[in-house]
Amino acid sequence: MRLILPLICLAVLAVLPLHFSDYGLGLLIGAATYVTLASAWALFSGHTHYISLATVAFYGAGAYTVAVLNEVLPYPAILLCAAVIGGTLALIVGLSTLRLRGVYFVIFSFGLAELIRQLITWYEVNVTGTLGRYIFLDITTRQIYWQMLALGAATIALTAWIMRARLGLALRVIGDDETVAAHSGVNLARVKLIAFVLSSVILTLAGAITSPRYVYVEPSIVFNPTVSFLTVIMALLGGANRLWGPALGAVPLFLVFEFLSSNFPDTYPIFLGLLFIGVVFVVPDGLISAAERLTRRGQVRA
Amino acid sequence: MSFLRIDRAVKQFGGLRAVDEVSFSLQRGEIVGLLGPNGSGKTTVINLVSGALPVTSGEIWLDGRRLTGLRCDRIARAGVARTFQLVRTLPSLSLMENVMITAVFGRSTHWGEKARRVAEDALATVGLAERASAVAGDLTYIDQKRLELARALAAEPEILLLDEWLAGLNPTELAEGVALIRRLHEGGLTILMVEHIIDAVRALCPRVVVMNSGRLIADEATEAALSDPAVVSAYLGGEVDA
Repeated sequence: MRLILPLICLAVLAVLPLHFSDYGLGLLIGAATYVTLASAWALFSGHTHYISLATVAFYGAGAYTVAVLNEVLPYPAILLCAAVIGGTLALIVGLSTLRLRGVYFVIFSFGLAELIRQLITWYEVNVTGTLGRYIFLDITTRQIYWQMLALGAATIALTAWIMRARLGLALRVIGDDETVAAHSGVNLARVKLIAFVLSSVILTLAGAITSPRYVYVEPSIVFNPTVSFLTVIMALLGGANRLWGPALGAVPLFLVFEFLSSNFPDTYPIFLGLLFIGVVFVVPDGLISAAERLTRRGQVRA
Repeated sequence: MSFLRIDRAVKQFGGLRAVDEVSFSLQRGEIVGLLGPNGSGKTTVINLVSGALPVTSGEIWLDGRRLTGLRCDRIARAGVARTFQLVRTLPSLSLMENVMITAVFGRSTHWGEKARRVAEDALATVGLAERASAVAGDLTYIDQKRLELARALAAEPEILLLDEWLAGLNPTELAEGVALIRRLHEGGLTILMVEHIIDAVRALCPRVVVMNSGRLIADEATEAALSDPAVVSAYLGGEVDA
């Protein structure tokens, strides 16, 4: 029963592009991308409370993988490469940093995205001699949408499965108290690493799938830190520790940002900042928790 | 052969030797009190056994297995369960989940129905069975202590380390707490308990080990230890508590 409604939604979303203009389809892709990013981010950060600002490091790595390989390998092989690269990167980063806690992890994750961006810039300028790359792939906009929709659905399904498994319980225990987790027999390093790698592979694939939309790619475009911040705030708005929370936060915020950035291109960062503050102050636990609290209060009165 | 064996354990924090060449052991099924004034290193010994802190030197063995150098999750899976001096519950999880985690991730790695049953039994043992679905963050201090003990029991441990678990209880609760620990001991559990409440130690522990300034100053029958001049001057500050 619980599967029917999501499956109907998925079917409706899958046939939507047949009735949409190019602009509408672009919005759909953007929304699906952020639903995927926010859900994948929450897969690791939502329960463990390790706030990662490295989203764009993986997203950009995915996009860059496609940019480098798009004329060398067939498309499925490129996606596979992107997944392997994202997973390897996450493994290295995770092994070296997941013992950092709190604000140290936040700062590190932010620094990681900048580091990768600078490394690629340095490599492109000094070794290949050109900064930008072009992506010419024989992929339609609809195909990009369907791929992203599938990735988003897979992410939410994976999260649902994890939350019912030992891994999910371990992640929640870690989020509450790592000392208790360790003393209860949870292998902290392994649990955190598994979740971080899964999350990062999805983030990398999202970057790879959406990259043909850019056509022209350079580090400052695909490693834009705003992507990381947006992802965090979307997940927090909906509720990062809820299955549907990140998706619920991503869709409206993405549409608001689209509207603001096209209508107020100069002052848009100010609105962005205000929204961040607003979300943290007004719905610190996310919309789903807030709604539950309201209905509970209503029931008590009635 | 001794069950838990601590062999010349040392813990150095910078210039401070919090635990200084401490050796003692417990037989299987024994209940032993670990006494000493504040800052004497009792909790550090518990932390060394549970793996919360690595030893600087020395060795710790449980049932012929060397615990020294193992991570604390490995030590937990070897059968060591503990409570914390400052209570640690998982505020966003239900009582059931709080207790279930040691059954799930501990040495017996139960899952599903079996894990729930172990957790239910542990909650029932400490008297929290009716509140299994409540959220831990809503509990009173005393109930949090109970919850912590239930979590340790759900691990189905070989040895239980209690760090001032009886502290802060009122007289009625204290009597219940003492009765509960006695039942656990009678059920065959090996228990090492740090405790300041001398009446409880007298009631529960036939034998105590006493520390002062990181050193072991006594390891003997409780009544003998409590009248040992070295213990009296260190632990009771020179006044005899009759």
